Amino acid sequence: MSAILETKNLSMNFGGLTALDRLDIGVLPGEITALIGPNGAGKTTLFNCITGIYSPTAGNIFITPPGGRRREITGLNINKVTEGGVARTFQNIRLFPDMTVLENVMVGRHCRASAGILGAILRDGATMTEEKSIVATSYEILQRMGLAEHVNLLARNLPYGLQRRLEIARAMATDPFLLLLDEPAAGMNPQETKDLESLIIRIRDEWKISVFLIEHDMRLVMGLSDSVYVIDYGELIAKGTPQEIRRNPEVIKAYLGEDVSA
Amino acid sequence: MSDLNNTRYIEGVKQSVVISLWFMFLTFPIMVIRVDTIEKTIDWRWMNMVYVGISSFVLSFVWRYLTGKSTSRKAERADRKRERKSFLQRVASEKKLSLPAIAVVALAAAVFPFVSSTYQTNIMTTALMYVVLGLGLNIVVGQAGLLNLGYVAFYAAGAYTYALLYYHFGVGFWLALPLGALAATILGILLALPVLRLQGDYLAIVTLGFGEITRIVLENWNEFSFGPSGISGIPRPGLFGMELSMQDAQVYLYFLMIGLCIVTMFVVNRLQDSRIGRALLALREDEIACQAMGIDKTKVKMTAFALGSTWAGLVGVFFAAKTTFVNPASFTFLESAMILSIVVLGGTGSIIGIVIGALVLILLPEYLRAFSDYRMILFGIIMVIMMVFRPQGIVAGVRKKYEFQTEGDKLKKL
Repeated sequence: MSAILETKNLSMNFGGLTALDRLDIGVLPGEITALIGPNGAGKTTLFNCITGIYSPTAGNIFITPPGGRRREITGLNINKVTEGGVARTFQNIRLFPDMTVLENVMVGRHCRASAGILGAILRDGATMTEEKSIVATSYEILQRMGLAEHVNLLARNLPYGLQRRLEIARAMATDPFLLLLDEPAAGMNPQETKDLESLIIRIRDEWKISVFLIEHDMRLVMGLSDSVYVIDYGELIAKGTPQEIRRNPEVIKAYLGEDVSA
Repeated sequence: MSDLNNTRYIEGVKQSVVISLWFMFLTFPIMVIRVDTIEKTIDWRWMNMVYVGISSFVLSFVWRYLTGKSTSRKAERADRKRERKSFLQRVASEKKLSLPAIAVVALAAAVFPFVSSTYQTNIMTTALMYVVLGLGLNIVVGQAGLLNLGYVAFYAAGAYTYALLYYHFGVGFWLALPLGALAATILGILLALPVLRLQGDYLAIVTLGFGEITRIVLENWNEFSFGPSGISGIPRPGLFGMELSMQDAQVYLYFLMIGLCIVTMFVVNRLQDSRIGRALLALREDEIACQAMGIDKTKVKMTAFALGSTWAGLVGVFFAAKTTFVNPASFTFLESAMILSIVVLGGTGSIIGIVIGALVLILLPEYLRAFSDYRMILFGIIMVIMMVFRPQGIVAGVRKKYEFQTEGDKLKKL
């Protein structure tokens, strides 16, 4: 199986600081891939490079949409990456707080629609059909995510756990083939984390979307992932199945320090 | 519990005493001392000090009561307020209420010029111009969240387009109208290009500079714009080739402005509730997240500036036609500030709020003329009070609600 997302020799420097050091990472279709590492290891930097928020200093990023051709997305604008089928959520929730839950998801449909200014003013048949399908699709997504009862609530008024969920729903609205989740369980209580776990599994199995996630909650990562990448100081120190990672001495060292053997 | 209330009460009294002492001290030179220059004596009006003390004491209580109401459990209340619709918001959104309201307003607007003086019609026309300007700026500031302090430049572009086209080529009002709008739109896109990367304060400073540059160019480029003396003798719009008397022309302009207002409200309303409108809002809410939704930031910012400045260009042509004279003095920063105040005071993002805001801000100083010297002070006080007690504006914008039938995807818009 060939990877749907690949980085080749990806490096990112901020001034003298090497945040990413020649990373080679591959995400396989239909899998949940986790990216772990201590704080400041460069996990979010990698996500930011992939999604175009940063332009990497060196190296290449390729995507291969299912049924599509492999193409390079290095240094593309954020919106182009999303259009290409890679959606993401953020570590610190970035919803549109003063828009309703439904509108948040409707914005996600933006890149799959085409109505312009003239259409907005004239409200011709084509525009209205498109608008109706935007509303319908968005509502359907919210229903599947269990947010249907909150459609008209302002996003800012949602409880924290549901805000995280809405952010995922909004990303799903862009029709991705790969979903990047940046610490989706941060700040969640055990019950919310469990719900999140089953949601991510459903995203893989029911929606057929591959997931690449950063997470600190090890129980979640080990229970959920098909494969795991571990980075420290911007370097890849291990990759493999959760079982392999758990036993890897390099990983234990990175997380717990040198002298734990004692 | 009562203990707590008691201490809070005593705290309040203490605070008010301090406030009143301060006021007595501050107003001492102007309220108490009066120098009689003729008799060369000093009048000590101690009673005034007592009045100042007592009234500031009482007022501080009132003030604390009102602000206390608005700050206690502030976040929660603000959220609830957001969800609850005010009367005006209901009028705007519920058909049962909005149809009669529209009928009444339309009737009033139709008979207004025939029952009031030319002077009244004139200031109403001006107010209507600011309605359109406010709605236009609202697209940029209220919806897209791009603080634009140089909006007056686009207004000037429209006015000067008509003035210059008339001066050089004898172009009439109706041809100048789209051309003025076009000129302003192009200028809007030109301004958008350098400010694409800017946000917040920086954007405000650059747009402020842009507005001033435009005015200074108009003031100093004599060969182009005839400098501070401006261009005069611009014709008012004719009615099918008829020459109207000055009075009729003003009534005619009034109705044209009503027409433009209706068109603006119609278009702005439809834009707000569309794919483009949502993209603008998303840009305001979170720029990075907005792009992560596949929205092209560059395109959206340019669209916002272009859409906003088009209206200013249209109103500019109207302005030139109404005053029959344009010069740079009409396009100072104060105008931009005024239009921005209309948007903020009326309620960012709310059409009906901005209409009311424009009418209040433009008509109020006119009707306060009775208070002659104090009118601008009163005007200022009213604005300050508004912003303290109703920071969301006269009518806060509400998001559209959708209603879904539970079983499926058959949708109905509320």
